[in-house]
Amino acid sequence: MSERIKLETPFQDSRLKELNAGDMVYISGTIFSARDAAHKKMCELAADNQPMPFDFNGTAVYYAGPCPAKPGEPIGSVGPTTSGRMDLYSPTLIQKGLKVMIGKGLRSKEVTESIVEHGGVYFAAIGGAAALMAKCVKSAKVIAFEELGTEAIRELVVEELPVIVAIDSKGDNMYQKAIEQNRE
Amino acid sequence: MRIVQTDKITGLVQNLCIDANCIIGDDIMQSFSKCASCEKSALGKEILTTLSKNAEIAKREMSPICQDTGMTVVFVTIGQDVRIEGGFLEDAINEGVRRGYEKGYLRKSVVKDPFDRVNTKDNTPAVVHYQIVPGDVFHITVAPKGFGSENMSRLKMLKPSQGLDGVKDFVLETIFEAGANPCPPIIVGIGVGGTMEKSAYLSKKALLRPVGTPNPDKALDIIEKELLQKINKLGIGPAGFGGSTTALAVNMLTYPTHIAGLPVSVNIGCHATRHAEGEL
Repeated sequence: MSERIKLETPFQDSRLKELNAGDMVYISGTIFSARDAAHKKMCELAADNQPMPFDFNGTAVYYAGPCPAKPGEPIGSVGPTTSGRMDLYSPTLIQKGLKVMIGKGLRSKEVTESIVEHGGVYFAAIGGAAALMAKCVKSAKVIAFEELGTEAIRELVVEELPVIVAIDSKGDNMYQKAIEQNRE
Repeated sequence: MRIVQTDKITGLVQNLCIDANCIIGDDIMQSFSKCASCEKSALGKEILTTLSKNAEIAKREMSPICQDTGMTVVFVTIGQDVRIEGGFLEDAINEGVRRGYEKGYLRKSVVKDPFDRVNTKDNTPAVVHYQIVPGDVFHITVAPKGFGSENMSRLKMLKPSQGLDGVKDFVLETIFEAGANPCPPIIVGIGVGGTMEKSAYLSKKALLRPVGTPNPDKALDIIEKELLQKINKLGIGPAGFGGSTTALAVNMLTYPTHIAGLPVSVNIGCHATRHAEGEL
């Protein structure tokens, strides 16, 4: 996609705050995949005051559960899953220092408020473009909850993962704007 | 009487699971390029091109189009003159799913119990629908169903007085609320009539009709075209990033119903709405 902002991990707070809903961004660096079951477990750890499975500082959680990797490949197809299912858990994780989330679809009012309060950002990726997105993943390894299979937490090294700012640090929402601009 | 062996059924199901998940239908590919040329949003056009590119990579490399390789829905059409030999038919189908998901590097997304939620690790069991017909045909369609779109599907028991307008309103409401979640551009399957579960079954079956083919029922065809036009004015667009291509097709099936009821189900299929079929 044209005219993209390039963003590398570790993300700097000042750069996250400059982003606006609708901006197109390429993400490079180390991010972590986690979805429903891993989120439930992380919140259970948080409730017990246990450390998180990885350092949230400067990185992102990518809501995704990949296909198995073929021999010689780092990962199988891996696109975003629906973020709304993580809404219940996200404010707890944002409280713990998570600032960047990647997924697809709308978030709850509570998540948006947490994003604004902590200067975070929520990116949307293209749902279903999973074979293409796997090409952006250079390496992958399971770092927690291996028993969850595809739902385990994986450390992913990505190169130019294409995303769009869906909710910025001011709380502006790309999906709402898109409807307002395109509804006939 | 014709005999069909279960090992043949297992082999067929295995191959159909892999094909359905890695090869997007020509009907959908054609629809992508057709819609890209009339899409009003520049970003929307780009997303449609990206989806075509994704499908080309998936086909070339036999990689799954989407990481959600679904819960495996299997439609079996079996002639009443067919006898199955070699074991239980549904075991043979599940064995095919097991092998297909392993050999095809497909994601295993099924949990054994809706409450305990422990993964079965082989994507079984499938959801199997049987239709018994005259003759000795044995036909299988494998339609893996991703849950980004399944979760946004809805069923409502309308009052007969709400009529066709009530059905249309419910469809539009469902699609609008679904927004970006079901990975638009979507295929909309609508089942109207029958009982509660019959309408749901019809809505899923409706997704199997190739995109761009007219409904053989003229009256339904007119309704489908009107709904498609209205859905594409909602503004959701490709990937939900805004645009005039929210749906590629609206497919409707109906069935006789009760004097007191008007069941309607909307089953949303994502842009990859996958299915592969074969006969023995």
